[in-house]
Amino acid sequence: MFGTFTEIERKIINDKRLSREDGIKLFSCNELSWLGALADYVRKKKCGDIVYYNVNCHVNLTNICTSLCKFCAFGREENAKGAYAMSVDEVIAVVEDAMNDPNMSGLHIVSGLHPSWTFEKYLEIISILHKKFPNLYIKGFTGVEITHFAKISGKPIKNVLFELKEAGLQAIAGGGAEILSDRVRNLLCPKKATATEWLEVAEVAHSIGIKTNASMLYGHIETLEERVDHLIKLRDLQDKTGGFQTFIPFPFLPKNTVLGKEVKQTSMWDDLRTMAISRLMLDNFKNIKAYWVMLTVPVAQVALNFGANDIDGTIHKETILHDAGATSPRSLKEDEIIKIIHDIGRVPAACDCNFNILRLIN
Amino acid sequence: MRLNKNESINLINDSDLLKLGKMADDIRRHKFSNITTFIIDRNINYTNICQNECDFCAFFRRKNQKSAYLLSHDEIIEKVHEAVEAGATQVMIQGGLNPELGLDYYETMLRLIKKQFNITIHSFTATEIQYFASREGISILETLKRLKAAGLDSLPGGGAEILVDEVRKKISPKKISSYDWLNVMKVAHDIGMKSTATMVIGFGETMEQRIEHMEKIRNLQDETGGFRAFIMWSFQPGNTKLGGEKVSSWDYMKTLALSRIYLDNIEHIQGSWVTQGERIGQLTLGFGADDLGSIMLEENVVRAAGTAYEMSIQKMVDLIKNTGNIPAQRDTEYNILKTF
Ligand code: SF4
Ligand code: SF4
Repeated sequence: MFGTFTEIERKIINDKRLSREDGIKLFSCNELSWLGALADYVRKKKCGDIVYYNVNCHVNLTNICTSLCKFCAFGREENAKGAYAMSVDEVIAVVEDAMNDPNMSGLHIVSGLHPSWTFEKYLEIISILHKKFPNLYIKGFTGVEITHFAKISGKPIKNVLFELKEAGLQAIAGGGAEILSDRVRNLLCPKKATATEWLEVAEVAHSIGIKTNASMLYGHIETLEERVDHLIKLRDLQDKTGGFQTFIPFPFLPKNTVLGKEVKQTSMWDDLRTMAISRLMLDNFKNIKAYWVMLTVPVAQVALNFGANDIDGTIHKETILHDAGATSPRSLKEDEIIKIIHDIGRVPAACDCNFNILRLIN
Repeated sequence: MRLNKNESINLINDSDLLKLGKMADDIRRHKFSNITTFIIDRNINYTNICQNECDFCAFFRRKNQKSAYLLSHDEIIEKVHEAVEAGATQVMIQGGLNPELGLDYYETMLRLIKKQFNITIHSFTATEIQYFASREGISILETLKRLKAAGLDSLPGGGAEILVDEVRKKISPKKISSYDWLNVMKVAHDIGMKSTATMVIGFGETMEQRIEHMEKIRNLQDETGGFRAFIMWSFQPGNTKLGGEKVSSWDYMKTLALSRIYLDNIEHIQGSWVTQGERIGQLTLGFGADDLGSIMLEENVVRAAGTAYEMSIQKMVDLIKNTGNIPAQRDTEYNILKTF
């Protein structure tokens, strides 16, 4: 059995692409440190010692959502307990509060699919934020939300994206990809963008010069083969467009979700091998993110040695995953992030939503 | 090939976490294939009254403090009984240095337990043994012989912290010196009583000092062969006077991997889910550990410092299975009782 692994190792050292079979093989490998070492080797070669982070603020405009995905603890019906929808003034107040941090550099805006908000409403929010806070970059909306906007406005995806770009949007968030398999989506989130639709948004965005991110939500009902297929779909599109900036593996947090009763939380072992295999399979992605909110800070730090070179941001106040029982803090201070990175001998770099380095911390 | 101190400093400076991890994992795999063990035991803290008052200890109380306690023999027997019912094969009885207790308190306790239960008594740290001896005015050898005769099977390796007096003076000036700790272990081994060894990192010690600690343990092991396992904890700064920051998981795992490589004469390396949490605890199995210690029914010392992790057999079994290894329940001597 080890023969195959030597073969895979040779491919990696020689910059050869891994096949679907290789990916599946890797998921059967119990030698975690071997996997990590390979992913770390590739990371070092590709990205050096810099670890990216943002000083950012998450804004979730509403948690009212028509999709009600089975893995989500955040979205709810309009009359459910805790349902909210922010007014423009409330959004501004949140951002103004975040601006107390002199290093605040950008916003990450993702929300539920509100049943009655119009596309114009979202456009208005982006344009007001952009005018009021011209120095903040705005990354926002997942492929799922963009698909929803196209549906409610009757406009083609391209126009939706173009109008958002005009209003001030600079990058698209990576969420909503979940597992890009119709089988899984039909079971867990039949009401939102299909795999094809999600990929289409990314492709169109890239074609008009908007960069996007990609993600994978794993550890629920998907098979390991489906994880590998997911990675390959992203890799294929990246070959075509080159428009993905970073890949974020999200371990599923079962608490407070419909799936919570049947599914246990992933183990750290699984989180780290998935991180490493993502780095190895996604040979055309520059960045892989260790999202500390889901992984917890200690695991995210270790994940930086398993292929990751991006640790997300300070966040200001995380909501979506804390609704799902995340045990990490709701925000991190910038110096905490810097320390996590320095402790393992790497170089922190504050960046904007398009990975332009704003400050290098030596 | 055995590493010396300088070589291991170089190794740790020149290699990243994963290179060390892989070396440690290869050794572990070679020795134990894919069996990962754990034990079911109960920790019984007979008293929290302690005259040592170490800065890093969140457990001790002064005699007249409200939450100070001393368990009677009946209460201890009841706890052992519960442990046996719950499937424990070992009890670990430890406590503060309570000036009111003579050696007969312990001897009677041990005899009463052995009379009623078929359970391994893996109890008392070197600090306690040394204290019992001086309070009783007899030698360590005599103390250990009497405890052994009363039913003590083996010694846990706690209280070693970092076996470098410079560090010890800073953290617990009143605790036994490194010489004394090693001496208690040596005397125990000499009379055929096995023990484990521990190390606690995160007191602000240097990597060199950690290696010096391992070196001292390795040397004694060459002489006696009495250490069954090496266990590494990280200092829990919550609730203690010493305060400070918790060591990072990265630091913990790197040192753990080094201990597997360095301690070539100690069979078992135990990863700690108690101080690291189950997520990092699981990860130690890829970095040299072949054992995850115990599913403890009670752990006052650690809990008092603000780390309260819980573990059930099912959780432990899942944790190990998820790493591709076979979970196995062991006894104190590392005999396998049951695989899952
Ligand atoms: S994951 Fe997104 S689309 Fe699905 S219910 Fe939650 S907020 Fe709505
Ligand atoms: S560590 Fe042990 S000796 Fe020190 S105060 Fe706590 S109980 Fe007493």
